[in-house]
Amino acid sequence: MSILFEAQDVTKQYAGHKALDKVSISVPEGSIFGLLGPNGAGKTTLIRIINDIIAPDSGKLLFNGKEATSKMVEQIGYLPEERGLYKKMKVGEQALYLAQLKGLSKKEATERLRVWFEKFDITSWWNKKVEELSKGMQQKIQFIVTVVHDPKLLIFDEPFSGFDPINVNLLKDEILKLRDNGATIIFSTHNMESVEELCDHIALIDRSKKILEGRMKEIKDAYKTNSFEIAYKSSGSNLSAVLKNGYEVLTQWQDDDMSRAKIRIKNNDKPNELLKELIPHIEIHSFNEILPSMNEIFIRKVEENKFKN
Amino acid sequence: MNKVLLILKREYLTRVKKKSFIVMTILGPILLAALFIVPVYIAEMEGSNKVVGVIDETNIFWHGFKNTDNIQFLKLDTDIETAKKDIENNDLYAVLYIPKTELSVPQSAKLYSTGQPNIVVKGYIKGVMRKEVEALKLQASGVDPNILKSIKTSINLLTIKINKAGEEKQSSTELSMAIGFIGGFIIYIFIFMYGALVMRGVIEEKVNRIVEVIVSSVKPFQLMMGKIVGVALVGLTQFALWVIFTLIIVSGFLSVYSTDISKFKQSQLQMQTENIVPMEDMSQESNVNESVIAVFESIQSINFPVMIGSFLFFFLGGYLLYASLFAAIGAAVDSETDTQQFMLPVTIPLILSLVLAQVIITNPDGPIAFWLSIIPLTSPIIMMIRIPFGVPFIDLFLSFTLLILGFIGSTWIAAKIYRTGILIYGKKVNYQELWKWLKYKN
Repeated sequence: MSILFEAQDVTKQYAGHKALDKVSISVPEGSIFGLLGPNGAGKTTLIRIINDIIAPDSGKLLFNGKEATSKMVEQIGYLPEERGLYKKMKVGEQALYLAQLKGLSKKEATERLRVWFEKFDITSWWNKKVEELSKGMQQKIQFIVTVVHDPKLLIFDEPFSGFDPINVNLLKDEILKLRDNGATIIFSTHNMESVEELCDHIALIDRSKKILEGRMKEIKDAYKTNSFEIAYKSSGSNLSAVLKNGYEVLTQWQDDDMSRAKIRIKNNDKPNELLKELIPHIEIHSFNEILPSMNEIFIRKVEENKFKN
Repeated sequence: MNKVLLILKREYLTRVKKKSFIVMTILGPILLAALFIVPVYIAEMEGSNKVVGVIDETNIFWHGFKNTDNIQFLKLDTDIETAKKDIENNDLYAVLYIPKTELSVPQSAKLYSTGQPNIVVKGYIKGVMRKEVEALKLQASGVDPNILKSIKTSINLLTIKINKAGEEKQSSTELSMAIGFIGGFIIYIFIFMYGALVMRGVIEEKVNRIVEVIVSSVKPFQLMMGKIVGVALVGLTQFALWVIFTLIIVSGFLSVYSTDISKFKQSQLQMQTENIVPMEDMSQESNVNESVIAVFESIQSINFPVMIGSFLFFFLGGYLLYASLFAAIGAAVDSETDTQQFMLPVTIPLILSLVLAQVIITNPDGPIAFWLSIIPLTSPIIMMIRIPFGVPFIDLFLSFTLLILGFIGSTWIAAKIYRTGILIYGKKVNYQELWKWLKYKN
């Protein structure tokens, strides 16, 4: 997979504090790239630098391997966290204006907007003033003007805030469709559930430094603890007594008519070894590997980073 | 460049299409025209012949009351009670009753009328009475009123400017004052009104949180300039429409009521003269005519191409200088209520120039006038006031150049504050913070 966008050693210094300290990320083409990090970590600064809203003090931005120019901003669609529309302007007029600012001709913009308005079933809003719409409706307009110029790179900063669950699903579907149609997406959020659901790559930024980056699957693999959850029926045998030294029973609990336990394999044994140990004593109903959630990885990495500094 | 045009177009169209703009554009000229037209109507309404009955028990004042175009005096030999009835029967407009009294204190004179008596009538009567009393007092102290009359001289000083080529031109100081002051005042109003409009526009974009969406497509500087120039065009449009509409209304009125105008002018002259001294000899009237001619000659002496050219220059230059500062203020705050602390230093030079305008007018070539008309923050107003008096080329050149440098400088500073400020929410910004923003490199 080729790299669509790359930031190399991007540094941004504000009076008093460093917002970004030699941050590098590479976003593969066609991926959904989660940009994660606690509040004030520097995500928004990085996103603004990518959008050429502010300039980095040092470092490089590459698009398709070539150094980024101002013109390339037209290849980006950006939905900022702090977003809004002119309240007194009509929806259609405003959408046209914003689309034209992204470099579309008036004719082209009108045609594409019609298609999107039909898709979202909001054609009747065209001549309404923005202030007449609900917040959720405004967010839909905002989403449309972000994607209408068919950008290669989409940047969504907390895209789901302000949407009800139905519209969140609608939006998720649209984001996935955009990805399937070839767009690359940078996705910044605190909502780890949606990260798990959508992202295939992530980068974690904390205290102006990138502390983790890679394919989500690889990261999860790297952070898994070789633990397994089992559901079983037993005739009263104690798991801790049954298992040898190489295993640790993390927790045990009763769930209706089923017993459950979490077991960690201390050495590098394969799961089959554990099963072999268990089968003579208990009746196993399910056996699952416990993968760390993004939430856990996020918290663990940020905590670790806190102690490092 | 194309994008700046798009922004400019939006800024212009949304404002021009606003109801408040349309209302102001229509109402402004009507109010302005009313300033010209209403006095004519009033003169017209009051123009009918008014008969004032006079009961003069002293027999001193009566011969002083001479009939004018609008007021007729009628000597009444009845007593005051019968005369009062005559007013009620609408035969008389008013009755003036001067009882026998000490001459030095003619306070007991009374004017009876059904309504509030006309100020012109009242003024005329007071004038006549004062004159008569004065004449009597003079006589009592042994001064011949004729001597006094011969002493009274009306002086009309013609000021004549001599230029280097030795040509002489008549000029009118009063006229220069008026033109300069009006020009300066219009610029002052324009800067304040439309500067504030720019500021509110910036705040609106910040409050609506649309600004980050837009600066992801265009540079903050482009957005700022598009807004400033767009609003300037709104101002010019409104100004032009006002001038055109006012001219249409006034000229339409003039052509319909052209005969009334002469009456209006007459009544205005009367109002001016009657309030002081009743017109009695023709020499004063011819003096008035002379001075009118002199004013017309001085109007011609004013260099209108220079006047209009510099008006437009200072109009736009001053606006651009201040509008960028107003834009920076808008970017630094979260709401209009927070603007106060930054507004003050920006508006002080403006208000100061208007306050000092009176000093400048009395001494348009003095050092204060010179310096204030050179410094870009005050020059748009002060230089406008100086120009009708004639300004050396070098002063004008300095002023022009410094104003251009001034608005380039202010735009540069404003742009730095603007591009940082628009992306910062919910932070109380002070001057120290602004200073930091200025030092950020981009």
